[in-house]
Amino acid sequence: MKILVGYKRVVDYNVRIQVKPDGTGVVTDGVKLSANPFDDIALEEALRLREKGVATEVVVVGIGPADLTAHLRNGLAMGANRAIHVTTADAVQPLTAARVLLKLVEKEQPGLVLLGKQAIDDDANQTGQMLAALWDRPQATFASKVEIADGKATVTREVDAGLETIEVDLPAVVTSDLRLNEPRFIKLPDIMKAKSKPIDVVELASLGVDSGDHLKTTHYAAPAKRSKGVMVKDAAELVAALKQKGLL
Amino acid sequence: MSKILVIAEHLDGKLNPATARAVSAAQAVKPAAIDVLVLADNVAALAAEAAKIDGVSRVLTVERAENAHPLAAVLAPQVAKAAAGYSHVFAPSTTFGKDLAPRVAALLGVAQVSDVMSVEGAHTFKRPIYAGNAIVTVEADPAYTVVATIRTASWPVAASGANSAPVEALALDVALPSHTRYLGLQSGKSDRPDLQSASKVVSGGRGVGSKENFDVIFKLADKLGAAVGASRAAVDAGYVPSDLQVGQTGKIIAPELYMAIGISGAIQHLTGIKDAGTIVAINKDAEAPIFEVADFGLVGDLFKLIPELEQVL
Ligand SMILES: Cc1cc2nc3c(=O)[nH]c(=O)nc-3n(C[C@H](O)[C@H](O)[C@H](O)COP(=O)(O)OP(=O)(O)OC[C@H]3O[C@@H](n4cnc5c(N)ncnc54)[C@H](O)[C@@H]3O)c2cc1C
Ligand SMILES: Cc1cc2nc3c(=O)[nH]c(=O)nc-3n(C[C@H](O)[C@H](O)[C@H](O)COP(=O)(O)OP(=O)(O)OC[C@H]3O[C@@H](n4cnc5c(N)ncnc54)[C@H](O)[C@@H]3O)c2cc1C
Repeated sequence: MKILVGYKRVVDYNVRIQVKPDGTGVVTDGVKLSANPFDDIALEEALRLREKGVATEVVVVGIGPADLTAHLRNGLAMGANRAIHVTTADAVQPLTAARVLLKLVEKEQPGLVLLGKQAIDDDANQTGQMLAALWDRPQATFASKVEIADGKATVTREVDAGLETIEVDLPAVVTSDLRLNEPRFIKLPDIMKAKSKPIDVVELASLGVDSGDHLKTTHYAAPAKRSKGVMVKDAAELVAALKQKGLL
Repeated sequence: MSKILVIAEHLDGKLNPATARAVSAAQAVKPAAIDVLVLADNVAALAAEAAKIDGVSRVLTVERAENAHPLAAVLAPQVAKAAAGYSHVFAPSTTFGKDLAPRVAALLGVAQVSDVMSVEGAHTFKRPIYAGNAIVTVEADPAYTVVATIRTASWPVAASGANSAPVEALALDVALPSHTRYLGLQSGKSDRPDLQSASKVVSGGRGVGSKENFDVIFKLADKLGAAVGASRAAVDAGYVPSDLQVGQTGKIIAPELYMAIGISGAIQHLTGIKDAGTIVAINKDAEAPIFEVADFGLVGDLFKLIPELEQVL
């Protein structure tokens, strides 16, 4: 079985995002970029499935500008067999990303597509569900445990009410939650090895997908700031303050 | 003129209050009609509850055995079919809505606006990105149906009781897939208030130190009549189940009182409590970032301070 993994590059989660003063975007110049943490988890899961003999090949996919190559090399260094780079100068929205992934799915015929549940830049939490709908296949989102046997996946999902378990026929789309696994670190020799692994480059325009970028972002603003409050000296003063506010 | 379809969320025969929050957001669009769609295996009680929510024009129901559990793959084709004639489809931005709405949007061939925090116009919305570090204004193309999830913490629960909207059964001719099967739900159900709707929440972090120690958080919460929450670090360490996680990738909440105990205040945690009324922080590190946003801060060892608090409560 082949596994396709979404491997998106985002602004590193440790970066304190600043909105540009003119409201046209956020400052991304010189900012550290990393793999979307959920995608590292998705990739780790795919690698473990290969190590267990459930999967035979792991392919990472990135949709983005020409300089995405170094990022995809990290995915290869982590252990993916090969990468597909769909090139586009513009950032794509989830519906377009899902349509692009569908094209790759049709060509690659994976048994499983593993994506992150959300990308931490846009926090959209859509792409996996959209791909599953367009592909007319099952989705198991927010996965914290995945077991595969007999052409089926049993997936534990982190939902508001607790942990839900569903069973889906393969092929299917699974999106990772944080507790699915802890991704491995990349070791130096693996970086060397990754240099010889193949990256297929495909131009987005050549795939014949309709753009689903129906949303226009017209303004960026900094969030309303909470002002720093007061320090109280002990439990009694805290309780008195809360009582005065009518909270106790 | 806008016509909005709101997808009802429910569990164990009761509407989730997130539904009435989505109705509030729908009202902000000032539409000609707001219809609530109830998909269940047993719709009567749910429909009756939905019909009472202020602002609801009609309640539409689809009663099928396959709708017993909230499987997006099963519900989405029904919602997509029912969406014909509507300008907007809203679902709460809970795990239910996040799972379902994008599947509906893709079936309709439209983009989705996630986590709507304010309505600026029928096709213009504000939503957070980068864990709430930036708020964007998004314009949806009026040529398409707007599918959106509603950030529940930004919207009040629409009042209920004065309305009695008509209830109509929908006959939808849709084939449903059998490739997705529900096996079960392991819920951390307790008698404590629900984390997402509670007016008071006491949360513990890594600083609490162990599963056993978390009892001090539960005890304090019980004394206050509060729900219990946690940071990701506390969940990852196995102190409490995952459904208690508050933050970017957990629950986004807006209680009147939030007490963060042994939580440092990482940006991913803070994004979950931005809309809380009053934030109290208890932490032994006076430099902890949580104090930057706390209305009341108390520096010290939680194991000493919580018993002291309980004494004066
Ligand atoms: C520097 C920067 C600038 C941006 N500027 C804009 C802008 O001006 N306008 C705008 O609308 N958006 C902009 N974006 C956001 C970008 O378009 C979003 O990534 C897009 O809307 C998809 O949303 P999402 O990634 O949150 O989707 P989600 O649905 O949250 O993603 C879920 C998963 O889908 C997969 N996936 C999604 N996209 C890709 C991809 N490209 N490659 C590989 N896998 C993928 C991944 O597995 C991911 O974990 C910008 C992003 C960055 C990093
Ligand atoms: C993609 C991504 C998504 C994330 N999503 C979330 C999310 O949804 N929610 C979330 O919470 N986090 C999330 N995180 C994790 C987040 O970055 C932090 O790691 C996490 O919130 C830290 O939890 P904490 O504050 O409990 O632990 P720490 O940062 O370790 O803080 C523990 C605090 O306890 C204090 N302390 C220790 N002992 C005592 C004592 N005896 N008395 C008083 N104080 C004490 C310490 O001074 C310290 O400030 C996410 C991270 C990533 C990368």
